[in-house]
Amino acid sequence: MNYLWHWGVFLQPTSTGGETYLDWMFSGFKMTIALSLSAWLMALVLGAAVGVLRTVPNKWLSGLATAYVEIFRNIPLLVQLFLWYFVLPELVPASIGTAYKQSNPVIQQFVASMLCLGLFTSARVAEQVRSGINSLPPGQKNAGLAMGFTLAQTYRYVMLPMASRLILPPLTSEFLNIFKNSAVCSTIGLLELAAQGRQLVDYTAQPYESFISVTLAYVMINVVVMFGMRWVEARARVPGYIGGK
Amino acid sequence: MYEFDWTSIPGALPFLWQGMQVSLEITFVAVIFGIVWGTLLAIMRLSSFTVLSWFAAGYVNLFRAVPLVMVLLWFFLIVPHLLESLLGFPRGSDMRLGSAIAGFALFEAAYYSEIIRAGIQSVSKGQMAAASALGMRYGQVMRLVVLPQAFRNMVPLLLTQGIILFQDTSLVYVSALADFFGAAYKVGDRDGRLVEMLLFAGAVYFVICFAASQLVRHYQKKLRTA
Repeated sequence: MNYLWHWGVFLQPTSTGGETYLDWMFSGFKMTIALSLSAWLMALVLGAAVGVLRTVPNKWLSGLATAYVEIFRNIPLLVQLFLWYFVLPELVPASIGTAYKQSNPVIQQFVASMLCLGLFTSARVAEQVRSGINSLPPGQKNAGLAMGFTLAQTYRYVMLPMASRLILPPLTSEFLNIFKNSAVCSTIGLLELAAQGRQLVDYTAQPYESFISVTLAYVMINVVVMFGMRWVEARARVPGYIGGK
Repeated sequence: MYEFDWTSIPGALPFLWQGMQVSLEITFVAVIFGIVWGTLLAIMRLSSFTVLSWFAAGYVNLFRAVPLVMVLLWFFLIVPHLLESLLGFPRGSDMRLGSAIAGFALFEAAYYSEIIRAGIQSVSKGQMAAASALGMRYGQVMRLVVLPQAFRNMVPLLLTQGIILFQDTSLVYVSALADFFGAAYKVGDRDGRLVEMLLFAGAVYFVICFAASQLVRHYQKKLRTA
């Protein structure tokens, strides 16, 4: 195999001028981080709310929350992304849709990606929240109610603080997933890490260097998040539970 | 308000069905290879040979750290060239379906091996000791005693992973291979009816995956009471 390795290609200026190829990598990296973190924030808030609703003693509310989870879990992420990006602007009232379509394309791509990843992940977070709440001994809820707390207060002061600490390990893997899933957003043209990798292949004609760097960047994100979350998990462990002190 | 026009769907059904066959083919072949290779990885990971267990751990952790889209891009853009120059494959031969299947199988094997490893570890130690005491070799213990029990407990998880894989096959879109989603997108793009086709594709995926996951849940309940 006669392939010419040329790692120095990253320091060369791009053909569009001004920047180097390394700058492209960096801007993709920043986009991946910004997208994943903002979607994660959305997923946590929505997921906690939907997860709580799945456990409340009200048939309608829990049914609604179940439907929410099933819809987002049973449609492929790519299809959901295309629905947010191509379909939603057509279905909202025409004036809003047109204004949206005339806005900056990068903003359109980012908003669609964030909505998609955030809602998709929120359904998974909701499942973890639900199983965390259900794994609590029923005595905790009963004790809270017996103390004169309302149901909302029992959730707020007794069940959620406990459940949130128990579900940290499974949440870590969802947090890792959101970074990996963000690569799907390259399909609508958002210039995140994977898309920059493809662009580097096209412009530099050095496919191995480009792909190896991008792959390593994802591995690095993975390692950093894993160690960070391990640190958080160690601090949040509930004494007396499995894995606790 | 948007005016829906669903008329392009009936005529496109044969083409969409062809796409669905591609999706299903990738799913089934990748599930089978993924489980076989995943089982080997799990056994390697649990073996006492350090080299084997490190290899398996490295493989699994690497594939689980990288997005599926990146793995597929490797298999569509890089691996075919590698095969051309290393093995003398004819230039420009269409390996997209083969690449897709290989990419999915190798990627999913990492996830399957974690499920299978947990399954093997959930079989009580006494089983292994008893089988060894009966004079079975390691291979026989695994094949005849441990794996059958492990797989029985794992079936729901393996099937659920299969449903996820079926959803993920839509990502072959990055290679313009016409799976079900790719076919729907093409028709929608051609007829200027992208909104309807995307909604239709989403509904079809939902019905299939929801029905399949309900079946898995039903089976899981039966397994638990048995």
